[in-house]
Amino acid sequence: MKTPFIALDQLDKRYPDHHAVKSIDLDIDAGEFIAIMGPSGCGKSTTLRLIAGLDEPTGGEIRIGGDSMRGVPAFQRNTPMVWQSLALFPFLTVAENVAFPLRMQKVGAAERRKRALEWLDRLGLASMAERNIAQLSGGQRQRVAIARALVTEPSVLLLDEPLSALDAHLRVRMQTELSRLHRELGITFVYVTHAQSEAFALADRIVIMSEGHIQQVGRPQDVYRAPANAFVAEFMGMNNLVRGEVRGSRDGLLDITGAVGDFRVPATAARPQGSRGDFVIAADRIALAADGEGLPGTVLGLEFVGSTQTVFVEIEGGAEFRVQKQQHEIEALNLVPGRKVKLSWNPEHAWLLPLPGQMH
Amino acid sequence: MNRVLATRLSRLAQYGFLSLLFGFIATPMLVIVVFSFDANRFPTIPWGGFSLQWHRAILDDPMIRNAFLNSMLVGLGTAVLSTVLGFAAAYIDFRYRFRLKLPFVLLVAVPPAVPATILGMAMLAFLSRIGLFGRLETVMACHVAIATSFAMAIIRLRLNDLSRDLEPAAWNLGASPAAALIHVVLPFCKPALVASFFLSAAVSFDEFLIAWFVGGVHETLPVRILNLLQGQVNPKINAIGTVVLVISVALVLIAQRFTGVRAGRRPTPEGE
Repeated sequence: MKTPFIALDQLDKRYPDHHAVKSIDLDIDAGEFIAIMGPSGCGKSTTLRLIAGLDEPTGGEIRIGGDSMRGVPAFQRNTPMVWQSLALFPFLTVAENVAFPLRMQKVGAAERRKRALEWLDRLGLASMAERNIAQLSGGQRQRVAIARALVTEPSVLLLDEPLSALDAHLRVRMQTELSRLHRELGITFVYVTHAQSEAFALADRIVIMSEGHIQQVGRPQDVYRAPANAFVAEFMGMNNLVRGEVRGSRDGLLDITGAVGDFRVPATAARPQGSRGDFVIAADRIALAADGEGLPGTVLGLEFVGSTQTVFVEIEGGAEFRVQKQQHEIEALNLVPGRKVKLSWNPEHAWLLPLPGQMH
Repeated sequence: MNRVLATRLSRLAQYGFLSLLFGFIATPMLVIVVFSFDANRFPTIPWGGFSLQWHRAILDDPMIRNAFLNSMLVGLGTAVLSTVLGFAAAYIDFRYRFRLKLPFVLLVAVPPAVPATILGMAMLAFLSRIGLFGRLETVMACHVAIATSFAMAIIRLRLNDLSRDLEPAAWNLGASPAAALIHVVLPFCKPALVASFFLSAAVSFDEFLIAWFVGGVHETLPVRILNLLQGQVNPKINAIGTVVLVISVALVLIAQRFTGVRAGRRPTPEGE
């Protein structure tokens, strides 16, 4: 079996007042772009700091390239990080900032300047080398921070919410830039974010964390289409969670009775009658019609998300559904608040949540 | 229109009051400077003409020269030691959490708050008991005790602006804790270090009471001035006063230049 490049083994971090990371296991392959996601306080940033050696774990072990990092101080790990605050040195010029890690490695002045300028050039900042940090724009500073982290040519780059301070337009451009760098360098990126769009656009695999536990690890589309539990389903945002009970099964589909109606859902594993049958249906898989078969509901309101809109529909019985529709479909159906609609979907598109403890 | 007039009058009153205040403070000093260049033996009007004789006279007085040298030595030593200790205390307060931190910070901060007479007497009693009375190093040690709290205050204030991420970022980029201190924390604090160096020097250079209590036969310049005054009225006083004034003002101005507190200027905010 291939040994993972970074292995977290029962990694645990307890603060005096807070159990931040609870015995997590995670293998990260060499060259992988992995995103760790979760709401604030879920332990994702702590996990990153533990990998970098900026915090001591209170249990378990981290191995990088097969070597245990136990007792290895941060400055000997070569796990550079791009900080949310960027943490650029304000008293150094752009070139001096980028050359800092080389200076710490006792690389000669001429050599480190040459290499710093190469990296600045690579990130389109060649003309900024002699500037002060305060003279740069947010996007330029971001690039300096990335250049500074990569100048020693490490085999892993850690990123802690690096784009959260940028505006939407710049964020997309920096995503492209990071993606390009990852492809060109072929090194491992570990990327912590709370923004789903960044994780989906960039990562090979996504780790969802909550309250110090890993909830799910998988490719973005798998996490989205096949959430491991209700937390992941709701965290993904555009899923509708329907709680119900299994009534029986026929033709490979389960009959499920929920508070708002009866449904049919593909069975991923045998499930006895009377057991829990919670399932999710993605917002973009739901069809809306003025009449006909389907779940009756009332349009509550609409919300723009780029070229599509999210329609909020209240089902009789109280549940709220989100349905994602193109602008022209919304116009064709004249979806205004208060309008009665019918919701339907292909049963094959519903995803039955595994029972707690049940593996896929 | 009335409002404009009222504003103008109020402004005039403000400037007038300020001018009077500064005039009250500055005039005596100005008088000393003016008469130090007076050819007359006693400060009288009219002025007896420009002369450098009293300045020359203080140069020729070995006791004054000696006192001046003592003051320079004590001032320099105080500046170096206070800045080093002040930085250490400020950094400990910034970086670490420990149980006796409040008493520790109080211990560093309290000496200037103690009346100098009491501090001087206490120092005298203590130092004569342990046999260190009457040495120049002793004067310096007492000045360090006072100036360190100013140094710590200045440097601690600067450290407040040091992003908590900066030092860990340096470690993350391959700097050992010692290297991070030298290459990140010290350069960041440089303006505050320079400021506390000059301010400590000024504190020591101006200090009279403690130097008088514990110095014994070793006179610093302020002590010499008082001893000179107790003798007879001596025109050299004005010349010494001028020299002391110029040096003190220069030290404080340099210190201020580096603390960034200057009239009409705010520290530029980070960012565009």
